[in-house]
Amino acid sequence: MEFSWMVGGEAGFGIMASGLTLSKTFARGGLHVFDTIEYPSLIRGGHNTCMVRTANREVHSHTGYIDMLVALNEETIHLHKDEMAQTGCILFDGMHEPEDRFGVHADISLFPIPLGDIVKDIGGRPIMRNTAAIGATIALIGYDLSILEDLLADMFKRKSEDVVRDNIHVARAGYDFMMDNHPGGSGIIVKPQDNYRRMVVTGNEAVGLGALSAGCTFYSAYPMTPASGILHFLAAEERNYNLVVKHTEDELAAILMAIGASHAGVRAMTASSGGGFSLMVEALGLAAMTETPLVIMEGQRPGPSTGLATRTEQGDLRFVLHASQGDFPRVVIAPGDVEECFQAAGHAFNLAEKYQVPVIILTDKFLTESHKTVLAFEPVPVDRGMLLDEAHLDRITDYKRYEITDSGISPRIIPGHRNGVFRANSNEHDEYGFDLEDPLNRTAMMDKRMRKLEQIASELPEPHLYGPQKADVTLLSWGSTKGPILEAMLLLKNNNITVNFLQIMNLHPFPLEKVTRIMKRATLTIDVENNKTAQLAGLIREHTGLKVDEKILKYSGRPFTPEEIANSVAEVVEHGRK
Amino acid sequence: MAESKDFRTDKKPVWCPGCGNFGILTALRGALADSGYEPHQLMIVSGIGCHGAVIQYVNANGFHSIHGRTLPVATGIHLANHELCILTMVGDGDGYGIGMGHFIHAMRRNLDMTQIVHNNKLYSLTTGQTSPTTDKGRPTKSTPFGVIEIPVNPLTLALSSGATYISRGFAGDPPHLRKLIADAMAHKGFALVDVLQPCITFNHANTNAFYKERVYKLEDETGYDPGDRQAAYERALEWGERIPIGLFYRESRPTYEDEVVTLKDMPLVKRPIKGVDITKTLEQFL
Repeated sequence: MEFSWMVGGEAGFGIMASGLTLSKTFARGGLHVFDTIEYPSLIRGGHNTCMVRTANREVHSHTGYIDMLVALNEETIHLHKDEMAQTGCILFDGMHEPEDRFGVHADISLFPIPLGDIVKDIGGRPIMRNTAAIGATIALIGYDLSILEDLLADMFKRKSEDVVRDNIHVARAGYDFMMDNHPGGSGIIVKPQDNYRRMVVTGNEAVGLGALSAGCTFYSAYPMTPASGILHFLAAEERNYNLVVKHTEDELAAILMAIGASHAGVRAMTASSGGGFSLMVEALGLAAMTETPLVIMEGQRPGPSTGLATRTEQGDLRFVLHASQGDFPRVVIAPGDVEECFQAAGHAFNLAEKYQVPVIILTDKFLTESHKTVLAFEPVPVDRGMLLDEAHLDRITDYKRYEITDSGISPRIIPGHRNGVFRANSNEHDEYGFDLEDPLNRTAMMDKRMRKLEQIASELPEPHLYGPQKADVTLLSWGSTKGPILEAMLLLKNNNITVNFLQIMNLHPFPLEKVTRIMKRATLTIDVENNKTAQLAGLIREHTGLKVDEKILKYSGRPFTPEEIANSVAEVVEHGRK
Repeated sequence: MAESKDFRTDKKPVWCPGCGNFGILTALRGALADSGYEPHQLMIVSGIGCHGAVIQYVNANGFHSIHGRTLPVATGIHLANHELCILTMVGDGDGYGIGMGHFIHAMRRNLDMTQIVHNNKLYSLTTGQTSPTTDKGRPTKSTPFGVIEIPVNPLTLALSSGATYISRGFAGDPPHLRKLIADAMAHKGFALVDVLQPCITFNHANTNAFYKERVYKLEDETGYDPGDRQAAYERALEWGERIPIGLFYRESRPTYEDEVVTLKDMPLVKRPIKGVDITKTLEQFL
């Protein structure tokens, strides 16, 4: 069973909230869900959609087709009628099917429902049309209404009993209308399956949860789509976890406050999109030179400049790899799904503290703002690295903050101890942190800092290869394309093309050995990226000297659908066979 | 208790002989001794410019940050550990030019820290270009035909931005400056000490003699009340034959950290960092 549902309408209609409500309704029934939103950068008007896809197996992404479209305005029908599945149906706000059937194909069923009137009869607010539509959806697919009713009760109990009652009334009225008028349903059946209660979580929330779980207590940020979700999530949790969450005057202050807090001894983080990260670049070098642990999430959106503020792209890989002047060690991790976002946050704090380097978690709008079901999160044990404790400091007489060691890691302390007075310094410095321009010292300090990269490289897990060891096609990619690729692999299986997929999550230090091995033994390699210039393919060439055979690139500001990838792979293979 | 000499390091200042920074350094070490803090209880964050080297010469925790960005670094340190006594040392380029935005927001927040501005009315480490406090009409390397803008007035700016201790000192009078800095450190809230600092190499207008002839102390003015904001504005606007130094304005207002509920019990850094149980938070995702 797989079911793809989309709601569309103007901003302000509550599109995102209704998508999440349906996602949770499915998740509470033991189903797997993936949902994703598309919206322009405005608060009212425009065209917003949320696609919810559910199945009785793990769902990795949205799809390019719609089984059921809920159109809260007529524009939605016109914009999406060509995406309808052959046996799909459209539920729209109205009393009757118009004579021209909106120009929709004859095989597509239309289900008019007077959503506005249903809400008005109950005395609800216009935004509750969504709830009626979800009730109607449940009737049309034979799902269990009581799951939705319980969810609405939980969602609105904090507001008031009246709100709970009204929402349940509206949902039930939508349900009853369809049961009365279309007792045969839509022909699509979605049934609850097991007793697992899965969580419905975005990438942003998963990064925030990972940070909380890792003991991060300081978060400073400036709002910017698509990273604001972390700020909202952590700000709401501030008092539950004794955090300091600061909305700063700009992104410069955001990263610098995090550097200051980390210097003072807490686990600190900031996040932004590429535009905000551009402003943070100078301070990234400050963290590197002062060897201050720092975690940054960069949620990509299409640039340059403001670009497409609410859409997705993977155009900043090269940028985060090279941002800021000079050579210095850094770590770049690009999680591919919600579980990996949570894990990446935990690992990022450990890596930042163990190696005293900036760690960048590279995500994008498609990952940070899409929901996926998760059964549980596996916490990453806290490792603060070489952080000298009080007892150790009591015995120390000559503390060198930047001591030159074989590993390149110098023991760190929390400032404030009598025996640990030192200077952090953005200038090149000696082992104590005093300015020193001596050429031998400079060389030794550069070597010391850069030595850390070797150890980091040996600690990072190798990229994971999905699918069979030997395959017709080897896909290479990173970040959020993981979801559509895994779905495309299922489609290609039916197509008699065997595919495997190397997901390069740790992009810096680059996993040279495994990538070389896979590249060398692959039959046909295809790079899949949500950008114009195939940045990963360039990186692979740079490190391994090997050229990826083909590229599948998309840079329309929208994520890949599994079908697009599967079709492109099939075309490449077909072309090769000729 | 630490004395002035305890705040020395074995580094020899690299400033030009006769630089106003020497007077500021002397005053600072004295004020640190007067404050009762010991070196490890202090955190001095400096910016970039001639002043920036100051952390080399003061025995205390230091953070030599980047140009214009001392205040957000200091704010992060402060919010993570408000038991450290924080001073930010900046130049007029740092504080009133490239870092102006942070300056205004730090004052709004009334963060409990002391900002000392080495105001030599010029960019000197970069060999003498105009700064935000250079007088209108003054020719400099970057404005050979004279500065077109009027200068920033740090004191009126501070008065309208919410600083709760606003003062001006003179590098040529270290004992007076020492007291201003010590009082600023004792003040709970954001304290500004703008320091008139002659640059003997590049600024031939605002010399030591120029200031010596003109400065007078507000505390010597009968009837001057630093609690009177209107009076403070009037004195802050005075710049000519007479230039006031001393405490312009002081008020008591809760500090930023006073109003952060999660900092009430203890500094953030005192809470042990370990794996945190997030089970309760996960319920909202069901």
